[in-house]
Amino acid sequence: MLAYVLRRLAATIPVMLIVAVLVFLMLRLTPSDPAAIIAGDNANSEQVAEIRKRLGLDQPILTQFVIWIGKTLQGDLGESFFFKKQVSDLILDRLEPTLSLAVFTIILAVLIAVPLGVIAAYRHGGWLDRIVMGFSVLGFSVPVFVIGYLLIYVFAIQLNWLPVQGYQRISLGIGGWLQRLILPSLTLSVVLIALIARITRTSVLEVMNEDYIRTARAKGQTERKVLIRHALANAAVPIVTVIGLGVAALIGGVVVTESVYTIPGLGRLTVDAVLARDYPTIQAVILLFSFAYVLINLAVDMTYTLFDPRIRY
Amino acid sequence: MRMLARNPSVVIGAAIVAFLALVGLFAPLLGTIDPSEINPVYRNKKPGVERMIRGDDGKETVFVHRFGTDSLGRDIYSRVVYGARVSLAIGVMVAALSVAVGLTIGLIAGYIRWLDGFIMRIMDGLMAIPAILLAMGVVSLSRAGLVAVVIAIVIPDIPRVVRLVRAIVLSIREEPYVEAAITVGTPTPTLLVRHVLPNTVAPLIVQGTFLCGSAILIEAILSFLGIGIPPETPTWGNIMAEGRSLFRIYPHNIFYPGVCLAFAVLAINMLGDGLRDTLDPRFAKRV
Amino acid sequence: MAGITSVLDITNLTVDLPRGSDRPHAIEDITLSVGAGEIVCVVGESGSGKSVTAQAVMGLLPRELTASKGRILLEGENVLEATPARLRDLRGTRMAMIFQEPMTALNPVMTLGDQIAEVLEIHTELSEPDRRQRVLQIMRAVHLPEPERLIDVYPHQISGGQRQRIMIAAALVLDPALLIADEPTTALDVTTQAQILKLVRELQERRGTGVLFITHDFGVVAEVAHRVVVMQSGRVVEMGTREDILRRPQSDYTRMLIASVPSLVPPKRAPKTGQVALATEKLSKTYGTKSLIFGRGRVVRAAENVEIVVRRGETVGIVGESGSGKSTVARCVARLIEPTSGAIRIGEVDVAHLPERRLRPHRRNVQIVFQDPYRSLNPRRTVGASIVEGPVNFGLAAGEAMNRARRLMTLVGLSPDALGRYPHQFSGGQRQRIAIARALAMEPQLLIADEPVSALDVSVQAQVLQLIDDVRRRFDLAILFITHDLRVAAQVCDRIAVMQRGVVVEEGPTVDVFAAPKHEYTRALFEAAPGRNAMFGAAVAGAA
Repeated sequence: MLAYVLRRLAATIPVMLIVAVLVFLMLRLTPSDPAAIIAGDNANSEQVAEIRKRLGLDQPILTQFVIWIGKTLQGDLGESFFFKKQVSDLILDRLEPTLSLAVFTIILAVLIAVPLGVIAAYRHGGWLDRIVMGFSVLGFSVPVFVIGYLLIYVFAIQLNWLPVQGYQRISLGIGGWLQRLILPSLTLSVVLIALIARITRTSVLEVMNEDYIRTARAKGQTERKVLIRHALANAAVPIVTVIGLGVAALIGGVVVTESVYTIPGLGRLTVDAVLARDYPTIQAVILLFSFAYVLINLAVDMTYTLFDPRIRY
Repeated sequence: MRMLARNPSVVIGAAIVAFLALVGLFAPLLGTIDPSEINPVYRNKKPGVERMIRGDDGKETVFVHRFGTDSLGRDIYSRVVYGARVSLAIGVMVAALSVAVGLTIGLIAGYIRWLDGFIMRIMDGLMAIPAILLAMGVVSLSRAGLVAVVIAIVIPDIPRVVRLVRAIVLSIREEPYVEAAITVGTPTPTLLVRHVLPNTVAPLIVQGTFLCGSAILIEAILSFLGIGIPPETPTWGNIMAEGRSLFRIYPHNIFYPGVCLAFAVLAINMLGDGLRDTLDPRFAKRV
Repeated sequence: MAGITSVLDITNLTVDLPRGSDRPHAIEDITLSVGAGEIVCVVGESGSGKSVTAQAVMGLLPRELTASKGRILLEGENVLEATPARLRDLRGTRMAMIFQEPMTALNPVMTLGDQIAEVLEIHTELSEPDRRQRVLQIMRAVHLPEPERLIDVYPHQISGGQRQRIMIAAALVLDPALLIADEPTTALDVTTQAQILKLVRELQERRGTGVLFITHDFGVVAEVAHRVVVMQSGRVVEMGTREDILRRPQSDYTRMLIASVPSLVPPKRAPKTGQVALATEKLSKTYGTKSLIFGRGRVVRAAENVEIVVRRGETVGIVGESGSGKSTVARCVARLIEPTSGAIRIGEVDVAHLPERRLRPHRRNVQIVFQDPYRSLNPRRTVGASIVEGPVNFGLAAGEAMNRARRLMTLVGLSPDALGRYPHQFSGGQRQRIAIARALAMEPQLLIADEPVSALDVSVQAQVLQLIDDVRRRFDLAILFITHDLRVAAQVCDRIAVMQRGVVVEEGPTVDVFAAPKHEYTRALFEAAPGRNAMFGAAVAGAA
């Protein structure tokens, strides 16, 4: 078992390496000279040259890459051009809001979507099924920020139940933290719920056509037990997979949701960095998110062994 | 073909998409004015406000701002109608480009074994970076503009197409009729085109449709965040971007383009669903 | 016959097909009965409705099919009028069913013990330890090795034969009066099949269970049946004791079916002295997996030092069960895969390790007919296009190629006008004929037939085998015939080679090998052939 875990971990290294290369190349691919961008429009060539030397941009590419990897692995992500702070500090500062939002959203989504999908499959063809499927298509189609503004309009502006925007740190009180997190999480979870509910329903329906379901019925098993004991257990793998994939969709949505609700998280950081062409930050954030995504998928893979005894080495 | 016409999702979806395309095409004829025309006097007007316009012939006519105006006094209705052009065009371009490039790479990866590992590692790497971030990263590399945005959205889509094509190639490769073609001496390139490629058409049409919808959404997000198409050319996304700050008081800035966007993407997704149910035999049995 | 209580009594059963199907009823006016302690075999080809009958008894008909007329009495109770709850009560306790594919019929994520215990959980109030005891008991009764260990094991960790035993255990654990077996041994190897048939007979005798046994294999019928029901296109054609049906069939259809089953006694055949078309020397194919990081590898020797010689005008058979390596040898000879070592001489040339470009001109000499007629023709191309593809590849003009295709279609018994049609418009047997025409279009020296009739009904099988034999004679072809079916091998092959786990264990003229097998595996194989003691069947292909 341990060998399997190590093997899977080792398999992620090539992927992360490629991500690192891609991210690194990104900066080097700019048509304009990054040193010139940093120096600004009014700098002379000497100042630009000095900045270039400071950033190590005058070294051969391979050396630059190795140095950069080395620094990154040690936690030194460079200094932000724009914010004039260590990138690592920036990230740590913005981590809590994003993490809160993400975790809350995932829990909310899974708790709502999986039962919804199962019931839709069970009452396949009925009105609930149609509503769930219709809702899920809607969930994919309406952009996250539109949903966000809709919810803000209804709940915050018209009904005045919840605050409009902003984020409160946990350290300043759980109540306020939770209050401010509800609307953003709801907004972000819509897409996730749509995705998970749909795949849950599809997987369960697919599994219900398998031969062993026929065997279970031939034994005289009740429909409900057939569904839960036989169908769900086998449908678990694709459902868990899509939850992992949903995290990727989440990351995109986080960026937008934080913008709509003015939450000072990593998503907002990315947007600001892109607008300011703050490459060290952009690189660091992309690396971080990619790494998180790879790890989450690895964790998902690991849970397969819980559900499917055929995947066990 | 006939089966397609019988599927309600396909019919409704295609009809709406066609309608929106026509709207975009015939934008100038639909009671619009220049979408970039700034008019400081009429800033932030609620929908329904009227004003006088001097036409080309010198006569003055009444014009109604059906959707209101934005913070620079531009007519939102006109911007939304013209916005249909760009948004839909981007969707189609992205879909076409992603499919074309992805198909080529996928065929190569599926058939040339020694390249397969290498190509798929790169694809895995690309897919590990969340799509929006990758798009944002690409946009940050160059000047904002239509080409940059299209390329930025295409790049994260390519690995997904490659994966699909490669999976199809790998499964078709095992089919006895492909083996039979090998035994009668059919050379590999001919094999790919004659026996493998036709099996990719239907799934690619389906995936292309979904890619179109998602491209429109991503463009909207990028523009909304301010890193997409610059505001001189209206897209549904950047119209909404403009309306962000004054949303509480003037929600019409966001809702009209928002609804259009949702409508368009919904129609495209419905079309995709319907196409998949009819074209892809694997899904045909499922209701 | 008198005095046997009837466990199952089907009277005038009719099941309707949905509107738009090619016939109105799946089964029509079916009347049959199964007594306690007797095995009734329902025999028929595909589309005969035998499975539908079985499903109707269990109340497991798919949604689209409805039983519109008739009665099904299970121990006197009409199952068709039972409520769903009553049906659930009956299933597992009074009637049970086992299916064809044991791998997919078992839940892959449940332990074997749990799957058997489930029956007890549903229908009894037994405590967990008691259930466990009963499960172990029944596992021993079906002769599973190490029941204490297997009870916590998963389906993918045991063999196909063992899985079928688990299914039987779950079916019989509560001693139902009726056991329905729907082609339970079709997916199993010959030797495994023999064991399962023996098991079913043993259990059935001991417990007095009535068995409704669905099959298409007359050999199986000869082996286990007390009575036989013959079905065709949804109707019962004939019914009687095993002796009556096998020796004295009354209806034309039954007679035709029985005549189509090849006999296990090979005819005397003159040795062929034609030119050698194929000669393999020490042909080997090894598959190895090596993990990059952890080094350990798993090596599979699919074929080891195989030597086969086929002369022109001769049919040489490779006989074996799954995993024997016979398909691997065929694919190596056709150069669909490259052998690890050894030589493959087609005529004078050794094609074993030629790179693709130099291999291509030699491909025309070796052609292959595949097993699955539904997947060996490109569904999107007309059959004409599929036939001419090869000749055109080698430079024949399109017009000439089409003429050749037309001649070949007539030769294989199909109309040349059908060249413009698509594969789905033909039946399985017709598609195999087209596949043969495609192979012949290349004018090969050697024809590899890889289980060419395994997927076909018995009546069609005979025709296709006849065609292959005709073609062999007409073109003086060398034929390498791969099969797992001993009967077919007996009738079709001049010489056979028996393979087990990648190695040829015995080979020689068919007559000699069948009469006096020397290797113990060969002997075991022949012992296991169902119905070998019954005298029926015919010589299919001439011994010329």
